[in-house]
Amino acid sequence: MSLVIDPRSVDRPNSYIGRSIPRPNARKLVEGRGQYVDDLLLPRMVHVAFVRSPHAHARIGRIDASAALKLPGVLRIFTGHDLAPHCEPWVAVLAHLKGMKSAAQLPLPLATATWAGEAVAAVVADSRAAAEDAAAKVSIDWQMLPPVADMETALDKATPVIHAELGDNLVFERVNESGNVAEAFRSAHKVVEATFHSGRHTGVTLEPRSILAEFNKGDGTLTVHHATQAPHMMQEVLAQHLRLPLSAVRVICRDIGGSYGIKVHVYPDEVAVAVIAKIMGRPVKFVADRLESFASDIHARDHRIKGRMAVDAQGRITAFDIDDLTGIGPYSVYPRTSAVEGNQVVNLVGGPYDFPNYRAKTTVVLQNKVPTCQYRAVGHPIATAVTEGLVDLGAEAIGMDPVAFRLKNLMQDGTYPRTSPAGMRFEGLSHIKSMGLLVEMMDYRGLRAQQELLRSEGVHRGIGFASFIELTNPSPFMYGIGGARISAQDGCTVRIDPDGSVVAATGVTEQGQGTEAIIRQIVAEAVGVPIDVVRVITGDTLTTPYGGGTWACRGAGIGGEAALQAGLATKHAALQVAGAMLQAAPDALDLVLGNIVDKATGAVRMPLGELGRIVYFRGDTLPPDLPRELMQTRHFITKQYPFAFTNGVQASHLEVDVDTGLVKLLKHWCVEDCGRIINPLLVDEQVRGGVVQGIGGALFEHCTYSPEGQLTVGSMVDYLVPMAAEMPDIEVGHVETPTKESLLGAKGAGEAGTAGAPAAIMNAINNALRPHGAKVFAQPFTPERILAALGRVPKR
Amino acid sequence: MSTEVGISLTVNGERVSRRVEARRHLIDFLRLDLGLMGSHAGCEHGVCGACTVRVNGLIVRGCLVLAASLDGDTVETIEGASDSGEIRDLQDAFVARNACQCGYCTPGMLLTAAELLRENAEAGSVPSRDAIREHLSGNYCRCTGYHAIVDAVEAVAKARTASSGAGKP
Repeated sequence: MSLVIDPRSVDRPNSYIGRSIPRPNARKLVEGRGQYVDDLLLPRMVHVAFVRSPHAHARIGRIDASAALKLPGVLRIFTGHDLAPHCEPWVAVLAHLKGMKSAAQLPLPLATATWAGEAVAAVVADSRAAAEDAAAKVSIDWQMLPPVADMETALDKATPVIHAELGDNLVFERVNESGNVAEAFRSAHKVVEATFHSGRHTGVTLEPRSILAEFNKGDGTLTVHHATQAPHMMQEVLAQHLRLPLSAVRVICRDIGGSYGIKVHVYPDEVAVAVIAKIMGRPVKFVADRLESFASDIHARDHRIKGRMAVDAQGRITAFDIDDLTGIGPYSVYPRTSAVEGNQVVNLVGGPYDFPNYRAKTTVVLQNKVPTCQYRAVGHPIATAVTEGLVDLGAEAIGMDPVAFRLKNLMQDGTYPRTSPAGMRFEGLSHIKSMGLLVEMMDYRGLRAQQELLRSEGVHRGIGFASFIELTNPSPFMYGIGGARISAQDGCTVRIDPDGSVVAATGVTEQGQGTEAIIRQIVAEAVGVPIDVVRVITGDTLTTPYGGGTWACRGAGIGGEAALQAGLATKHAALQVAGAMLQAAPDALDLVLGNIVDKATGAVRMPLGELGRIVYFRGDTLPPDLPRELMQTRHFITKQYPFAFTNGVQASHLEVDVDTGLVKLLKHWCVEDCGRIINPLLVDEQVRGGVVQGIGGALFEHCTYSPEGQLTVGSMVDYLVPMAAEMPDIEVGHVETPTKESLLGAKGAGEAGTAGAPAAIMNAINNALRPHGAKVFAQPFTPERILAALGRVPKR
Repeated sequence: MSTEVGISLTVNGERVSRRVEARRHLIDFLRLDLGLMGSHAGCEHGVCGACTVRVNGLIVRGCLVLAASLDGDTVETIEGASDSGEIRDLQDAFVARNACQCGYCTPGMLLTAAELLRENAEAGSVPSRDAIREHLSGNYCRCTGYHAIVDAVEAVAKARTASSGAGKP
């Protein structure tokens, strides 16, 4: 039909899709006029501080709150037993992860604390300071239990079982196998192998987890101002577990200070806040402090992976075989579960390569540490580090350049659609073209020549590569089929107001990625109005179409397509009215930059504001049976593929000081194919931010534990995150292979940087150390580990 | 256990008198007592820089300064720096280059960058990218890759030097 726009044509009117346009909500943020949860003040609002377990594993004896209750400003103190009658427990399993098990969980535990940092009592006071003072006065008779700290021995007979009702500490196991792996290794020309570790990380959102819940006893409604990525999911969870009708719960997200997956989960302490609000009938606020964040935000990526790869005499990869073990803490996290990360690892290893035989096993076990769950690029950085580490070992074993070895083994462009040995379906990828662009951007030959020269002067520089795939635009195959009430569909409502301005309400949410910006661009172009007349509403379950929110790189691909279709439908509706007003065929008219024009000549016939005025205020002058529906809603869900995979390749250039073990990053490159790019300005810095988060895990970040299960990082002084001075400039290049599932053609871009960076850093370090015969495979690659690999300090 | 202290100071050009608990940090004083929500508490350990504000013209960590110590002092926050227009060019550059994503670190980042720009303007120099990174290394941003922030600061430094140079005979 004539109204379909083609984002591929460059000289189209209202062409906002594909342009670097600043974000509409950035101005208020740079002036400090955003509104985060902690900025909200409500009448009679009270504050919660939690008493948290100091022990990794202990029985909760008598809780004595008498001294705490005497302090000024203290109102109530709640234990697990106080809240339990008001809340249905949850068990975080998904039906499609066969055999998965986890224990029932409540807002506050009744009998046993299972990690150091678990909230066990809630103090409510008229200020956070008063609540903290009182929390320090709550005395608990703890009976210590032996902790399960080491995931390697979590399944041993001698190890205590954390939840007796489960029978053991095993959560989930899966083997993903195809072809004949045993034969491939038997007949291999070369076999390479290594054991990889990815240290526990956490997200460190600069705005801590924040929630302000308000229950109106008059009408029975619960309104929750929440720093969450998935407001509709939280609405479902709170309604279900607080036994309220879905319609009685409203979740509102204003500005959110970073999320990266940390804020897409159900946290028991946050549910406790909602329950307390319901009991007390007044607004209750909880904002985690930084120590609480380290001890109660989800952690991620605590994996040990043994991997091997077979290569034939021609330098072709014939098989991958990996064995993954991950410790997820004492509970699987609701409702997405903590088995997904391991499941992603066994789906994604070897992802970019063309090889016939595959075996990958994951074993997911319980331990008495902070629960882990989905964090930016879920499983990808782990799978990519294993894959790319083995690929570099393979290239070295047969004496090939790492780029040449990759070009020989990557899935060739133009061979899609195809299915990987791990069972992943690819609609269209561009590994070869991306690698071509990367080596050109970085002047690969020049860098190698420089490296050789500097080596002779005792300077050890390394160049490391990482090809990757990234799972985006998830369908119900991610969560819905497992029984989780998490929408894979998203919607957008577009409305023309009387003055010709446009409002778009979308189910996808904004946490800084630029969701509002891209929805505004798409809607402005689709309707045919100047971009500055479009306002976007996100993050309110009462006023936006039902949707999933923003996670797994679905905002642009799913939310964007819904916005495009809703915008086109609204334009179509406006042209029907315009046709009647101008006595013209609607097909002969167009809507361009806020004016109704003759499609053939471009001559302006009428401003959209005039159409709005007639429809809303002088509807009597229009033909009685003329539809005048200037508000249209459309939804989008992917149907042909479970996921829209993207691809790309990264390279790191760095220098290792072999005397100190310090790594200096010189430059980083990333070529990314996220399909249609809606706003290059946003995509580039998303990619860079992702790269830096990946570098953080590779070099600095580590949630370390004592053998007793005590978290030994408690502040940003001991958990190091990348700062500006250590980070290199990061060049981003693009290849565009739009998905054919949607008119927009967009896939996700937010996680690719994180997926590939650790592998590129690891390979660059090992490349730098090659003359010394040293290699590192355990993240973070600290100076101590590098010096140990060099034999200069003892291995610990 | 009342340990309140009376203070009078100037905040964003307005005179303010309050009684504060001795333990009240500047960041909490600004947010909870004065309703200035533009400065954010990030780590409360003086590491992340999100609470950066100016006291007597110099940047400080709002989480490491006690409000009770500020009697007679002058405090300036992002709200004040925005209203005065002093860092308008820097804010424009941050918007134009997408140097802010979630915006939580941005007010502190801007005031820290403004200090570097002022120091360089006084010296008539443009800081190198490495010098910009070094100066911003006490302000943590988890969203961007810092690259766009460095771009924005560098662009403003160049523009300010060019315009001040052009203004000279």
